[in-house]
Order: sequence, then structure tokens, then C-alpha cells
Amino acid sequence: MADPTTRRASQPGNHAAVPPVPLQADMQPLSRPLRVGRIAPGSEEAERLRQIWEARPGWRGWFSTVDHKTIGLRYLVTAFIFLLAGGVEALIMRVQLARPNATLLTPEQYNQLFTMHGVTMIFLYALPVLSGFSNYLWPLILGARDMAFPRLNALSYWVFVFAGLFLYSSFPLGEAPDAGWFNYAPLAGLEYNTGPNIDVYALGMVLLGISTTVGSINFVVTLLRMRAPGMSLARIPVLAWGTLTASGGNLLAVPSVSLAFFLLWLDRRVGTHFFDVLNGGRPLLWQHLFWIFAHPWVYAVVLPAMGIVSDALPVFCRRPLVGYGPVAISTVATMAIGFGVWIHHMFATGIAAPVLSVFGAASFVITVPSAVATFAWIATIWTGRPVFRVPFLFFAGFVFLFVVGGVSGVMTAAVPLDWQLTDTYFVVAHLHYVLLGINVFPVIGGIYFWFPKFTGRMMSERLGRVGFWVMFVGFNVTFFPMHIAGLLGMPRRMYTYPADMGWNTVNLITSIGSFVFALGVLIFLVDLFYSLKRGPQAGDNPWDAPTLEWAVASPPPPYNFAVIPQVASRHPLWEGRLEAADDSGAASRPGSRRSKLDEGFLLGEGREALGTTALEASPDVILKMPEDSYTPFWLSLFATLVFAGLLLHVVWFTAAMLAGCAVSIVIWLWPERSLIQREPQTVSDSGD
Amino acid sequence: MRMRWRDARPKRRGAVALALGGAAGLWGLAALAASSSARAQQPAEQGAPLNYFLHAAGPAAAPTMRLGWTLTALAVAVSTLVGLLLVMAIVRKRSPSDPAELLPERGGLTWIYVGTGVSSIVLLAMLVYVLVTLERVASPAQPPALTVTVTAYDWWWKVAYDDATDPALNFVTANEIHIPVGEPVKVALRSADVVHAFWVPQLAGKTQTIPGQTNEQWIEADHAGVYRGQCSQFCGAQHAHMAFEVVAQSPADFAAWRAAQAQGQGAQPAGNADVATGKRVFGERCAGCHAIRGTDAQGTQAPDLTHLDSRHLIAAGALSNTSAHQLDWIEHAQQIKPDSLMPDIVLTVADAAALSAYLSTLH
Repeated sequence: MADPTTRRASQPGNHAAVPPVPLQADMQPLSRPLRVGRIAPGSEEAERLRQIWEARPGWRGWFSTVDHKTIGLRYLVTAFIFLLAGGVEALIMRVQLARPNATLLTPEQYNQLFTMHGVTMIFLYALPVLSGFSNYLWPLILGARDMAFPRLNALSYWVFVFAGLFLYSSFPLGEAPDAGWFNYAPLAGLEYNTGPNIDVYALGMVLLGISTTVGSINFVVTLLRMRAPGMSLARIPVLAWGTLTASGGNLLAVPSVSLAFFLLWLDRRVGTHFFDVLNGGRPLLWQHLFWIFAHPWVYAVVLPAMGIVSDALPVFCRRPLVGYGPVAISTVATMAIGFGVWIHHMFATGIAAPVLSVFGAASFVITVPSAVATFAWIATIWTGRPVFRVPFLFFAGFVFLFVVGGVSGVMTAAVPLDWQLTDTYFVVAHLHYVLLGINVFPVIGGIYFWFPKFTGRMMSERLGRVGFWVMFVGFNVTFFPMHIAGLLGMPRRMYTYPADMGWNTVNLITSIGSFVFALGVLIFLVDLFYSLKRGPQAGDNPWDAPTLEWAVASPPPPYNFAVIPQVASRHPLWEGRLEAADDSGAASRPGSRRSKLDEGFLLGEGREALGTTALEASPDVILKMPEDSYTPFWLSLFATLVFAGLLLHVVWFTAAMLAGCAVSIVIWLWPERSLIQREPQTVSDSGD
Repeated sequence: MRMRWRDARPKRRGAVALALGGAAGLWGLAALAASSSARAQQPAEQGAPLNYFLHAAGPAAAPTMRLGWTLTALAVAVSTLVGLLLVMAIVRKRSPSDPAELLPERGGLTWIYVGTGVSSIVLLAMLVYVLVTLERVASPAQPPALTVTVTAYDWWWKVAYDDATDPALNFVTANEIHIPVGEPVKVALRSADVVHAFWVPQLAGKTQTIPGQTNEQWIEADHAGVYRGQCSQFCGAQHAHMAFEVVAQSPADFAAWRAAQAQGQGAQPAGNADVATGKRVFGERCAGCHAIRGTDAQGTQAPDLTHLDSRHLIAAGALSNTSAHQLDWIEHAQQIKPDSLMPDIVLTVADAAALSAYLSTLH
């Protein structure tokens, strides 16, 4: 039967000598049979797939690639650079605060440093680093060829890096934002802050919001549309639950902060009075709009990291995660309740006590799903057999730090106690325990875990252990004393403190600890760079892990999977062995393996991926994926320059850049027949 | 390259677990040591004047302090317990087997049920305690007889006693609040510029001062004494140096203080040329911003100095109130509180001495 996607050079009916030539993509029919087959590694078909999916070499490929793996690594590297920048800002502050009445920094310098420290860590590190993991891993763990919108993926990265540069652009001029990352009105208003610093912050945040929004859309659609056949929602890795939940949360929360910053910019530069009390505005409105976003945001920056631990820790316990269902539900529940607690950042604003009671109660309730996850992890270790590799150390350390951060959070959720604790160093201790404990430690553990997959090399066990202990000890020496400083009454955001307040010792200890922690980070970086060049070869699955990304080469080929796998459980690579273990020692039965990784749907007529149904992941359509494109880069650049024009009040420039955006969007969205999804025919339907 | 399973030797596992357990234990010890060292800093005024964890001087703060102890004990207990469970989970004896072997997906759910169940019950009990405490500290048992209006400025506190029906008892002062012992006092909170927060930890929790609205809280002191307060909402350059004091006195002493403060400065001691010069210097250099009731100095942007000499501290708690410190502040304010709204006032030596003499008459 003739294959409608190819044509014969000879007359119809002559199937003999001439090999088939694939039709150009835009001439392919809109439906064709979907065939199952095998493609051996290194074979001619594998090489053909590689050429289809590979990015162009050199700088051309650098600007035009839409490969999720490249974009994911860029996110990780860029986020880490921002982590180091924020860390240096912190170390300078700790030198200033090591002793009372120090004069290393002027108040203005200190205020810029603590503001940029918060902005950098929360917006330019905490979410992008998790986006980096998820970008790289999602198609691989879900059994797909790429994200649902590859060009949008590239756009989200370029906008992120340009927004980061935008936010930092005023720092070298001594004009960084200085009203705190929370940027309360009226201090952030024009009357008290005339310079361009707050405008840089406001416009930069709106720009960054574009990146976060399109990234979140991409994750949600990829999960609902592109999972491998058979990967029902009950079989997706917990990292997917974490990022899906965080993405949904971001889609609902980011508009609030974009609106807040936009209204602030309008107040400052256009003459509106949203927050301007002298003209009928309400300063408290800023706090509401900001915290309605910022509280869900903190869950967005920890839930994917908890997912990393839920997926990787069981590998080092040699058993599946205890309570997958409860953990998945607790992830979603945390995010949902997280939208109902924002007033716990505003307990001291004079809101009536009955209202505060409701939000305080919700803040207690949100602890319960976290307890579910914590006991799931402990149970997994307890009933498993721990293997003491470096990732395990980071994940075990994470569980402890999570609990410490969580219980100090319960203390701040108690309304009358929060009236003492809020805006003291107690909260600084709490937030660093949860943010470093639940984001940074799993991230570094995750890098040790997935570095072999990213690069094909292992990191160093010895250096990793030293680095972990230095980081763990340094972290606790830095941040535990902050609880004490807070209980002794030390408020936040003070550039110095008097010598007779009882805070001298705890501050000195904290400052020393911060340098110990920094040393640990340095050791980790040394290990990273050394292992890139000299690490031992890793192979496909050095950890003997169960999920799909370990079924492909390290690093994966550009097309991820030569054939689309068919999935039958949560642990495709552990099937058979898990059942054998359950049967108390009976030999593994070959017929019990149900997932098919070597044999699956063949999708090789250009860049193609499989679209599946949302709940059960049954095969649905053949998705045509776009070629590499410069348009995301240009659109990001034009969008950033629009905001630069607004910042500098140059109307013609802004208009020109807007035109550039419009042209880029038109080019991007221009309909192409080659991108229309194809309907798979069943074999009996494909008549000639 | 497969994991080198042989490396997972029991003694290394034990070493790791010991280290983790040691960390948890050290952490618990540190918690205890730190709290006892804080307790050792007696008395509070000299050790850590803002220490609300161990010192509560009135009914607006004492229930919260007890709640704080309870929740802290719970927090330490939970963290220590989880740390122990973690260590035990890691080091517990397991039958020797091939490390490459997998364990079945079975068991462990009881951990989640029991752990979450116990946590939920404890959390519910704590929530009830929290809400009871909230009810107790949110408002006083009886309506306050005295209201003080505090307006927060960058970076000082305007204190207005304006609730008396007899206007002869109403006046404005700065940075030092006096209250009678043993009765609740309502504090009406306003802001002249940005968001600040009023906080005197040993007497009560904190409340923001937000421009455009008047917030309220109450404070009460059981014993006479001086209680330090601090702005605790970031408000700009000198947020770090925006302190104040609450002085609790017997009702008789308070009444006397209030009556004295309400009087303006009128005639000055006759025949003192230095003081007269100082008053002239004040009128030329200071009266644009500062006020001294009973004189021509009627400035409103800066602290009222009518009874400057009666105060304990100056510059919103930055310096003790001595003549030397006063002159230091006047001449070098930008070094003491950079970017504050008090400029460095250049004075000749003679003028400085005269001004100092005048200020020391403002009892």
C-alpha cells in the first residue's frame, strides 16, 4: 500500500527499485498511518532523526535554537550566576552587620544591597532555576520530543535574561532600587524616591512577568498534551505535579504583581494616584496586590523542588516513593490553600482581628499537606535501603531544614505572636530556612543527580560530600542565630545596630557562618567545573533510576526518544524487578515487563511529536514541531527595548520598538501548512 | 557506569548518620544554650531592651509571651523528633543484601496517616490556644481612659496628648511617651509620610502606621519602668535609628508629668546673657522646623523641643540626652544619622555654648 507521505520517482504501481523520497513538510497530507517500529541507536534512521532535530552550529544555532535541553541548561547557568550575585550582596551585608555601628556601608548602599539581594534571589534565581530543571527534564520524564511550544520556550528564556539585565542595569550607576524587594508604597512612590531606580524595578518586573507567564503556559499545555502513551496522570513523576501546580499558581498570581508594578509606574510617571494618599489613593492597596501574588509565589518556588526530592530520593532508597497519591494531592492542596493566606504578611497593618483569625487559621491548615510530604519522605527512607551518595545527603538534609523552616512558620502564623515576630530577624531566619532549605539544597542535590544525564559525566563523590557538610554546617551557623536575634527584638532591614541591644554576638556568629556557607558553595562550583572536564563517564543510567529520562543516552540525543515509548507504570525502568521483589524472591518474569521503550510510534517526517489525550494519554494527533527560529530572540529584544523606552520616556523609540514587536509576532504566527497537526489513520483506513 | 554498590559500607553509613544525628543534637543544644544565655542577660533594660521572648511587662504582652514559649517548645520538640526519626531511618539495621536490589512498593503509608493525624491534632489544639490569646491581647479588659496619638515621621515620633477635655492638659512632645502604671492606654497611630510601625515589645505587639488612616492598639504596664520601642517597618535611610521610649509611672507621677509638660516655656531666668543669646540663636537657626511652646519658635516639621531637658534620649533614641550629645547632634547630625532630615548646623563656639545653655533651661 503506498505511503502517502512519500512519492515515487517512477510511475504509480512500480514499487520496485526507487527508494522513497520524503515529501516536503508542507506538501504532506493531513492524515497518515501512525506506525510502530524500532530504531536502533547508531542506525541510519537515528542519524536522520539527529539531523532533523539538531540545532545549527555556531552562533546561528545559539540564537535560533528551540531545543528544550539547551534552554533548560541556559536557565540553570543564568539562574546560578544570579544566585552568586545575590550571595555576594549578602556577604557584603554580613560584613557590615558583623559588629555594631559599622561604617562599611552608607544607609543608601545597604538599602540597595538588601533590595537587590531579595529581588535577585526571589525572582532571578528561585523560580528560573526550577524552570531550568523542568525545561530540561519534562519532555524526557514525560516521554516527549520537546515542550509543546518550543519557540515560546526560547522566548521565556530570552525575556528572563533580558529582564535580569534590565533589573541590574541601574546598579552600576548606584541607582538600584532601594525600597526593599516588597517595595511598599508610599516609600516607593515618586515623593520619596525620585530616581529611576523604582522605575527600573517596576518595568523590569512587568517584563519578567511575561517570561513567567509564557513559561507556565508551556508547562501546563505540555503536560496535558504531550505525555507518552499510557502515562496517565496517576503515573507522572512528582516533579511534574510540582511544576504543573506551580505553573497553574503562577498563571493566577503573576497578574496581581504585574498590575501592582504597573499601577505604581503609572503613579510615578503618568500622574495617576492609586497609592497616593494625598489624592485619594490607598497605600494598603499595594500590600494587598503584592502579597496576593507573593505568597503563592513562595509555593511556586518550592513545590517543584519538593517534587525533585520526591522523585530522586526514592532512587537512593531503592524503592518507590511511599504515598505517591497523597503526595500528589498535597502538592495541589498546598498551592490552593496558598492563595488564601496572604494576609499573614499583613497581620500588623491594623486589619480587624476576626479577619486575621481566618487567615491565621488557614496558615495553620497549610501545614497539614506539608506534613503529608514530610512523612512520605521519612517513610521512604525508613522502609527503603539508603545509599549514601551525594544526592542523598542533600535530600536528607533538606527534610530536616524543611521541618525547621516549617515549624518557625507555624510560630509566625500565630497572629498575636506574629505581632512580635514580624519584621524581626526571626522571619529572616524562617524564610531562609524554607527558601534555602527547600529550594537550594534540593537544587544542588538535583544537580548532582542529573549532571550525568546533562553531560555524560559523574560529579565527584568526595568533593560533593565535603561541599555538602560545609554548606550544611555553614547554613545552620548562619541562620539559626537569626531566630535568637529576632526573639531578642532585632528588626529587619537595619543597616547597623547599637552596641547595647544584646545583638552583637548573634550577628557575629551569623556573619562568620555566612562565609562558611559561601565556602561550601565554592567547593560545589569547583566540583562542577572539574567534573565537566574530568568527571568519569556516566552511561545511560548510573543511578539505576526508574524514570524515562534514564532510558536515553547521556547526554540525550536532540530528538530525545527515537521512538515514542509506551508507558505502563510510574517506574518504567524498574518494572519486572519491582514485581519480582514483591513476590518474595521469585525470578523476574520476562512477560511481566509492560512498558515498551525500544518499540514505539515512529515519528520521523520532519520534526514531529505525539499528542495524547489529557487524562489517560491515549495517542491522539501527530504534532508538527517548529524549526529553529530567530524570532523569539528578536521579539524578546524588542519587548525589552519597549520597556527601556518607557523607562527613559522616549516616545518615538518606544513606538518603534513596539512596531518591531508587532512585526516579530506577525512573522512568528504566520500560518504554515507544515505546522498543522496531522491526524493518525488506522491501518485499515489508509486507502490509496 | 553503574553505582559502585560496594561503597555503601555499613560503617560509612553509620558515620554519616552519626554526623547527622550529631548535627541535630548540637542544634537542639544550641537552642537551649541560646535561650538560657538570653535569660542570663538581666535585667532586660541593660541586656536586650527589645527582648520580648523573656520579658513581658503588661497584659498586652504577657499572654503572647507564654504562647511564644509554648510554640517554641513545640517547634524544638518537632524538629528534634523529626531529626531523630530521620537519623533512625538512616541507621536502622537492615538485613544485608545486594545493594542493587530493589524493594517492593509496599508499606510505609502508616507513617503518613499517623504522622499527619498527630500533626493535625496538635495544630488544631495550638490554633485554639492562638485564637484565645488573640482575643485576650487584641483589646483591653476595660476601655482605656487615656489616648495618646502617635504620628510617625521620617525618622522620629510625634507624641500628642490631646484627649483631655481641659485643653490646658493637651500638648505635643516627641520620642518619649509617658503612661500611668496599671491601666490600659490607647495609642492612635498615624503617619506623616511613609509606612512605619510602632513597636514597644515588652508592652505589646506592633502595628503599622499607614498614611491616610488611623490604626489603633493598646499598651499597659504592670510596673513602673522605661520600655524601649523601635520602628519596625522599613521606612528609608534611617529606619535603623528610629527608636522611642515608653516611661510607665505611678498615676500621681504621671499626672504631675502631664501637667508640667502641658505648660509652655515663658519667661526665662533674668540676667543670663548666654541663655538670651542662645534663645536668639534658636530662633534664627532652629525655629524653622522645631517648636518651643510659649515662644516664637513654631516649627512643625521636627520634634517639639519644649521640654527637651526632661527627656532621657535624643535623636529618636540614638544618643543619651547630655549637653555634649546635643551639640554633637546639632553640628554633626549627618554623621550620626546620615540622610536624616536634620542638617549639620554650623555654629561658632560662642553660639554653640549659648545654645547649649538655652537648651538646658527647657526643663
